[in-house]
Amino acid sequence: MEENSAGSVTVSSKKTLWKVIGASSLGTLIEWYDFFIFGSLAIIISTKFFPADNPTAAFLSTLATFAAGFVVRPFGALFFGRLGDLIGRKYTFMVTLLLMGLSTCAIGLIPGYQTIGFAAPILVLVLRLLQGLALGGEYGGAATYVAEHSEPNKRGLRTSWIQTTATVGLFISLAVIMLTKSSMSTEAFDDWGWRVPFLVSSLMVIVSYFIRRDMDESPLFKKAKSEGNTSTNPLKESFGNKYNFKFVLLALFGATMGQGVIWYTGQFYALSFLQNVCHVDFDQTNFIMGAALLAGTGFFVVFGWLSDHIGRKTVMLVGMLLAILTFRPIYDQMYKQVDVTVKHELVDQQRIEGDTVVKVYDDGSIATQVTEGGITKHTVHVGQRAFWSLVLLVFIQLLFVTMVYGPIAAFLVEMFPVRIRYTSMSLPYHIGNGIFGGMLPAVATYLVTRAQAANETARQVSEVLPYDKPHLAGLWYPILIAGVGFVIGVFYLKNKNQNIE
Amino acid sequence: MNAIKRILGVVWIGLGLVAGYYLIVSQAIPEFTSGKTEDLVPAIIYTFVLMPIITGGLCIFGWYALRGEYDELQS
Repeated sequence: MEENSAGSVTVSSKKTLWKVIGASSLGTLIEWYDFFIFGSLAIIISTKFFPADNPTAAFLSTLATFAAGFVVRPFGALFFGRLGDLIGRKYTFMVTLLLMGLSTCAIGLIPGYQTIGFAAPILVLVLRLLQGLALGGEYGGAATYVAEHSEPNKRGLRTSWIQTTATVGLFISLAVIMLTKSSMSTEAFDDWGWRVPFLVSSLMVIVSYFIRRDMDESPLFKKAKSEGNTSTNPLKESFGNKYNFKFVLLALFGATMGQGVIWYTGQFYALSFLQNVCHVDFDQTNFIMGAALLAGTGFFVVFGWLSDHIGRKTVMLVGMLLAILTFRPIYDQMYKQVDVTVKHELVDQQRIEGDTVVKVYDDGSIATQVTEGGITKHTVHVGQRAFWSLVLLVFIQLLFVTMVYGPIAAFLVEMFPVRIRYTSMSLPYHIGNGIFGGMLPAVATYLVTRAQAANETARQVSEVLPYDKPHLAGLWYPILIAGVGFVIGVFYLKNKNQNIE
Repeated sequence: MNAIKRILGVVWIGLGLVAGYYLIVSQAIPEFTSGKTEDLVPAIIYTFVLMPIITGGLCIFGWYALRGEYDELQS
């Protein structure tokens, strides 16, 4: 959009719009990339910076994972949201991009615990907190910036490109790590190679910085500023004013809370379930997730576009309802696809090599059982048919993710007025996703472990097992949270908010 | 529809209180008193992050709903 001589705001040219979408999406993608490589390399990072035999270092490690992973993000939303509503969207999300890039690059340069002692884990923790703060500020800025440049009837479609960035960022982070790993020996990667993905980020940030630097401020914000309509205290206006605060609560409980748990279930818990509950081979789970992500990502744009035509509420709530109703059958099917107890073993092909037992099944699955130090570890490499069935089952979950997540940026932007938009939309987004969603892997794993332990105890005393399917117990968390969000959404949300006008 | 929104307000307040009780009594207190360092972070998160957001947020949301603050929205 641009301002004409009469002072009204007109729609941006297509070329400008695509530049805006490209620059915003690229920066947000890099921020997600930076955020995810820490998680993907968490095991190696912990050996370099957080020695397990030192309780204080282990405490700092937990803090780095939990605090920066989700607790700090809402604070970033508040801090940068306020700045964005005071000085403008463009400059604020330039700062978040640079902050994220510098923090990521610095993590790649810190000497290990063996070299500088306790300074190493403390520095990593501080930098991880800065990453969380930057991520908390980035998303709201990018979504607001794109929406404020878009045609009113295409905001869902335009902002859906921002929605693809988290998935693509995860995909690229895994690809860069795998490429780096494959280009050197395991020893070299463990020694110094793990730093490469962190340092690669600085190159991407420099490119993105120069692209963003030449962009104009959002036309709606410029207009509000020229008319003296910007807020002088966005935090007070967003959360101290009942009229706005009730919409912040509605956005959180009616939309982002349910969306957050569905997103984390489809994109992260599915991976954790395959690896830790079904014991599928590590590389194979990455290929399953990669194939499903590749097939599913385009649907963010499809459902963003659809929300422009039939309403954001309809698309998001249908996605939420489908997820609530089908999560348990889907995960049950995933479990059955891998469960070797229901497959027919080709006994003549069984191999025993020392502590390793390899069993082959008629569908092509291979189960490996390794016993070390009294602990038995199971791994299953599934056959072709089960592999593609698993890709399909994860893909279905990703469709739900794209339904609830594709339209959410446009939905949140339209819920709040220009003067407090960045602040007001960022907080519910990061509480819904960072806290309700971010907690999901830990809570779901805890519920599964508790159910399995309860069944084991009952089995030992020959009582009736309390859980019919303990492997599905973790799903009660997203089902309950999304269920509450769905009911609130049905009764309290509007299909289209008009605040942007 | 407005009547349902108001009645549901009571449900949200009740849900917030139940969640708060569960988070503090069943989760946070046992972890605070376990004596293990690794339990401290989840206990702090339950008490100072989740409880205020879930209990505080749902109770205020329910209170607004009960008072008809969301009545003007069209479903």
